[in-house]
Amino acid sequence: MTEITLPDKDVVVLERKNFQGLLDALSDSGYELLGPIVRDSAIVYERIHAVDELPVGWVDVCEPGKYRLVKEKKKTLFGCTIGSQSWRRFLHPPTSKLWEATRDGNGFKVIQPEPDQVKRALIGVRSCDLAALAIHDKILSQGQYIDHSYQERRRNLFVVAVNCVRPGGTCFCASMKTGPKATSGFDLALTEMYVSNRHYFIVEPGSKAGKKLVDKLPVRQPKESEIKAAQKELNKAASGMTRTIDSEHIGKLLNEKFDDPHWEAIAERCLACGNCTMVCPTCFCTNVEDSTDLTGQHAQRQRWWDSCFTVDYSYIHGGSIRTSVTSRYRQWMMHKLVYWQEQFGMSGCVGCGRCITWCPVGIDITEEARQLTVKE
Amino acid sequence: METQQTSKHSDAAKQPDPMLVRPLQIHRIIKELGDTFSLILQPQDDDADFPFQPGQFNMLYVYGVGEVPISISGDPARRETLVHTTREVGTVTRAMRKLKVGDSLGVRGPYGKGWPVDKAENQDIVLLTGGIGLAPLRPMIHYLLTRREKYGRIVLLYGARTPEDILYRKDLEKWRSRFDLEMHLTVDHATGAWRGNVGVVTSLVSRSPFDPQNCIAMVCGPEIMMRFAVMELQKRGVADDRIYISMERNMKCGIGLCGHCQLGPTFVCKDGPVYCYVDIKDIFTKREM
Ligand SMILES: Cc1cc2nc3c(=O)[nH]c(=O)nc-3n(C[C@H](O)[C@H](O)[C@H](O)COP(=O)(O)OP(=O)(O)OC[C@H]3O[C@@H](n4cnc5c(N)ncnc54)[C@H](O)[C@@H]3O)c2cc1C
Ligand code: SF4
Ligand code: SF4
Ligand code: FES
Repeated sequence: MTEITLPDKDVVVLERKNFQGLLDALSDSGYELLGPIVRDSAIVYERIHAVDELPVGWVDVCEPGKYRLVKEKKKTLFGCTIGSQSWRRFLHPPTSKLWEATRDGNGFKVIQPEPDQVKRALIGVRSCDLAALAIHDKILSQGQYIDHSYQERRRNLFVVAVNCVRPGGTCFCASMKTGPKATSGFDLALTEMYVSNRHYFIVEPGSKAGKKLVDKLPVRQPKESEIKAAQKELNKAASGMTRTIDSEHIGKLLNEKFDDPHWEAIAERCLACGNCTMVCPTCFCTNVEDSTDLTGQHAQRQRWWDSCFTVDYSYIHGGSIRTSVTSRYRQWMMHKLVYWQEQFGMSGCVGCGRCITWCPVGIDITEEARQLTVKE
Repeated sequence: METQQTSKHSDAAKQPDPMLVRPLQIHRIIKELGDTFSLILQPQDDDADFPFQPGQFNMLYVYGVGEVPISISGDPARRETLVHTTREVGTVTRAMRKLKVGDSLGVRGPYGKGWPVDKAENQDIVLLTGGIGLAPLRPMIHYLLTRREKYGRIVLLYGARTPEDILYRKDLEKWRSRFDLEMHLTVDHATGAWRGNVGVVTSLVSRSPFDPQNCIAMVCGPEIMMRFAVMELQKRGVADDRIYISMERNMKCGIGLCGHCQLGPTFVCKDGPVYCYVDIKDIFTKREM
C-alpha cells in the first residue's frame, strides 16, 4: 500500500476552539450547513448551525447487521465515521417533483419547477462518499442526457471533507482505492487530531473557494511534528481495515460466476428488503409516478428512489424479468462490481460498508464476493 | 466543491430538461386491430419536424396517467408527423386508447439506437417479426423501399396469431404487389378464408430466398420468438454479427438515468433497443439477467 502523505503546501491548523468560526464563515457566505447529528441512536445528516450539534464524543460501532453509538471520553467532533444515510439525499432527493402540468383546452401545459438555488455546505464528508459523489456526477451530469435538478443542486455545493483516522467497523475503502484520505473533490479536507488532550484540525484546501474560506479563519502554520502525527494516523487507518475486495480483478472474476450456485445460498438469507440500496451512496435508480388532483386540472410527475430488489422494478407486460431473490441480489451485486465498470469506467462500490452494517441479516458484500470468486 | 461539469458540459447544460414532455396534438387515429391503434401526432403551434432513425422510440405520456416507451412506426421520410402504433395491454396504453382526435399526448424522444441502416447496404435484408413487432420495423421497411437500389433482396417474414390479427394490412398489400420485396405471412391459427401459411414465423426462415453470407437480419418480437429466430438464422448459416434484435425492458426515463432498463452491462434505452446479436449473445441467453 502506498504511503499516505499530506501536501507540504497550503496546509494549516485550526484549533478546536475556532471550529465554530469555520461554520460561521460558511453561513456568512450564504451556505446552508448540513452535517452529522445523532438522531434515534444513529448518525444522520441534517441541517446544523453550531458545533455542539455535531455528535460530540460519540463513536460508531459497526458490524454486519449491527450498529451502535458509544460515548467516549475524547470529545471528538467526527469520531463517528459514516452515517446511516448517505449524502446523496441532498443532491438526488428520495422524492422530488419533476414537473407539473395544467389542463389547457383539450391539451395541457407543462410547468417546470423553479430551479433549486440553495447553496449547501456538506460538513464531514468521508472520502468514500466523495468518490460516490464523483460517481453521481459522472452518471447524472456528464452523460448525453443530464439530470437538471441534480446539476442545479450540485453547482452550489461546498464540501468539507474529513479524513478518516479511524475506519468504521465495516469499511473497506482502502482496497477500493477511495480512502481513507480524501484526495480530490473537496473544498476543504480536515484531519481531526486529538493527542495528549490537544484537539485541533489539519486543514487542507482543495479548491479556490476552500482557500478563500481559510483566509477568513484564525489558522496557523502546522509544525512538522503535527503533520507527521496526522500522516501516521491516516496510515494506521488504512492498514486497520479488515475487509477487502480485490477491486482490480473482481469485475472479471465475478462476471464468470453468473450461474454459480452460491447466489442461491445468499438468496436464502436475503430478505429482498432493499435496505442496502437505500443506504448505498452510489445507488441512483428512480421510479416516477404521474398523477392528477381531484379536479383533473393539475397533473404532476413525482420521482423517488427505487430499488432493484423490488419485483416491480423489472416489470414488463407479461411479468417481471427478475422474479427470484437470487436474480435480484445477483443483479445488485453484479451491477456494483461488474457492470458499473463497463457502463461508467469505474466501480459502483466505494467501500463505505453501509450495506453491510444496515443489512438486517448481516449479508456482507466483501464476504460474498470472496466466496464467489476465491472458492473452488 | 464546484465541479468543472458546468464548463466541460456547457452544451449539455444548455439542453432543455430531458424529463420535460412536449404536448403534441392527436391529428388522426387509425384503429388497426381490436386492441391496436395508431396515433398520428402533430404539434399544436410551431413547425413540425420529427427526424428519427428507424427502430428508435419515444416516451409517450398520457396526461395524469403515466408514460411508456413506444416505437416510432411511421415513415422516416415524412418528418412532419409522428406515428405510433400501440397495443393496449395495461394502465397507460388503455388510457391512451381512450384519447380522441384533438387531445394531447406528451412526447419525449427520439431515444435509443435503431436498426443498422448503413451496415445493411448492399446486403440481402431479412425482416423477421410477429404481432405488434411489425410496428418498430415499419419505418425500416419504408426506409429500405425509398432507397431500394442500395439493398439486395428484401424478405419480410411476418407472423400473427390469426388472420384478423395481421397488422398494417394496407401496407402489406401494397408491398406484396411489388416485385422487389418478397413477403411471407403466417398465422398460428387459420380462420375463415385463410389460404396462407399456418405455423410459427421462424419456420419460414429455412425456405426463404436470401444469401446467408451477405445478409442482415432484423428481428423484432417476443423474446421467445427472437430466440428461435436467431437459432433458425444460425442454422441457415447467418453469422451472429449479421443478426439484429430489438429488446424490451421496463423504462422509466428512456435516457440512461433511472436504471430500470438494464440488461447486463447495457442500458436498453441507450445501448439498445436494437442490438447486434453478437454483442449480447452471452446475456441474451441468460435467464433473469
Ligand atoms: C423500446 C420499446 C419500444 C416499444 N414499442 C412499442 C410499440 O411500438 N407498441 C406497443 O404497443 N408497445 C411497445 N412497447 C411496449 C410498451 O412500452 C408496453 O406495452 C407498455 O409500457 C405497457 O404499459 P401499460 O401501462 O399499458 O401496461 P402495464 O402492464 O399496466 O404496465 C405498468 C408499467 O410497466 C412497464 N411496462 C409494462 N410492459 C412493458 C414493456 N413491454 N416494456 C417496457 N415497459 C413495460 C411500464 O412502465 C408501465 O407503465 C415498447 C417497449 C419498449 C421498451
Ligand atoms: S455497495 Fe455497500 S459498501 Fe459499496 S458503496 Fe454501496 S453501500 Fe457502500
Ligand atoms: S442484502 Fe440485506 S439489506 Fe440487501 S436486500 Fe438482502 S437482506 Fe436487505
Ligand atoms: S429507461 Fe431509465 S435508464 Fe434506461
